[in-house]
Amino acid sequence: MEYLIIIISAIFVNNVVLAQFLGICPFLGVSKKIGTAVGMSGAVTFVMTLATIVTYLIQKFVLDPLSIGYLQTISFILVIASLVQLVEIILKKVSPALYQALGVFLPLITTNCAILGVAILTIQKEYNLLEGVVYAFATAIGFGLALIIFAGIREHLDLAKLPKGLKGTPIALITAGILAMAFMGFSGIV
Amino acid sequence: MSQLKNFTKGILKENPVFVLLLGMCPTLGVTSSAINGMGMGLATTFVLMMSNIVVSMVKDFIPDKVRIPSFIVIIATFVTIVQLTMQAYLPALFENLGLFIPLIVVNCIVLGRAEAYASKQSIVSSIVDGAGIGIGFTFALTLLGGVREFLGAGTFFGTSIYPEKFGSLLFVLAPGAFIALGYLIAVINQINRAK
Repeated sequence: MEYLIIIISAIFVNNVVLAQFLGICPFLGVSKKIGTAVGMSGAVTFVMTLATIVTYLIQKFVLDPLSIGYLQTISFILVIASLVQLVEIILKKVSPALYQALGVFLPLITTNCAILGVAILTIQKEYNLLEGVVYAFATAIGFGLALIIFAGIREHLDLAKLPKGLKGTPIALITAGILAMAFMGFSGIV
Repeated sequence: MSQLKNFTKGILKENPVFVLLLGMCPTLGVTSSAINGMGMGLATTFVLMMSNIVVSMVKDFIPDKVRIPSFIVIIATFVTIVQLTMQAYLPALFENLGLFIPLIVVNCIVLGRAEAYASKQSIVSSIVDGAGIGIGFTFALTLLGGVREFLGAGTFFGTSIYPEKFGSLLFVLAPGAFIALGYLIAVINQINRAK
C-alpha cells in the first residue's frame, strides 16, 4: 500500500515535470516527435533508477559515516556524470540495439536536473533503499508520460494556424501550462 | 567586441531565458514571487561569475579530455558555497528555493558559459560575460516572478497592489508558470523582431 501511494503520487500528483519543474530542458527539447520522446523516456527511466541506487548507497555508506554531508552536491553530480558514461560504454558492448535506440540521449542526461533532483529528494524524504528505487522508477514513468503526451500534442500543433509571435516555444509553454492544469486534477487523491 | 557590448548582450539580445531558452527548470520552479526569482538569479550570477573566473584561470592546465568533469567540479564547489552561506544567513529564502539551489550545478547556462566562453577567453572578459549573462538571468526571473506575483496574489515584492481575492491563484501554481513564461517569450519575440 505504501509503495502504491509513492507510485501514484510520483506519477500523477507530483508529476516531476508538470508540478515540480524538473527536467524541463529535455521536456521542451526532445518533444517534437513521439519517437524521440519514447527513446528519451527509456533512457531517463534507466539512468534515474540506477543513479538513485548508487547515490543512495554513497550517501549511506560514505557521506553519512564520515559526516561530510555538505559534499553531497559535488559527489552526486560526479557520480551521475560518470555513471552515464559507464552506462553508455556498457550498452555499446552488451546491447548494440538498445544503444542504437537510447544512445543519442545518454549524453544529454547528465544535465537533466531531474536525475540529480530525484537523487537528492530520495535522501531528503528519508526513504529506504527499496522505497527510493520505487520512487525513482515511478518518477521516471511520470516524466515519460508527460513527455509522450506533450509530444503527441505538439505533433498536432505543427498543423495549427498561429500568430507569428506565438509560434515555437511560446505555444509549447502555454500547452504545457494547460497540461499541468489537467494534472492538477489529480491533486488530493493521496 | 568592446566590454560594454559584451556586458549588455546577455540582458536582451542573448538573454539566456527569453532568447536562448536555457535554465528553464529554475526559471519556472522558483518564480512564484519576484523576490524568490531575484534571489535565485543573484545566486546563479555569483556561481556564474566565480566559475567563469576559475575556468578562465585554469584553462591552460586542464587537458581537453577531462575538461567537462573539471568544469562541473569547479561549478559544484561554488554551488556548495552558495548553499551553505544562504542556509546560514538567509534561511527563509533557502527554504523557498529548496531543491533548486543544489540544482544550479546542472543549470545549462553555467556549464554553457564555462565551455563556450570562459575556456577560451581572458579573465576580464570572462568576468564581464558572467556578470552580463547573470544579470540577464536575474532580470528574466525577477520579471517572471513579478508578473506571476502580481497576477496571482495582487502584490509586487510583497507590497499589496490590489486585494488578493481578485487575483488568479492559477498564476502562483504550476500551470501559471508555463503560461506566463509562454506569453512573456511571445512578447519578447515580437519586440526583438520589430527592431
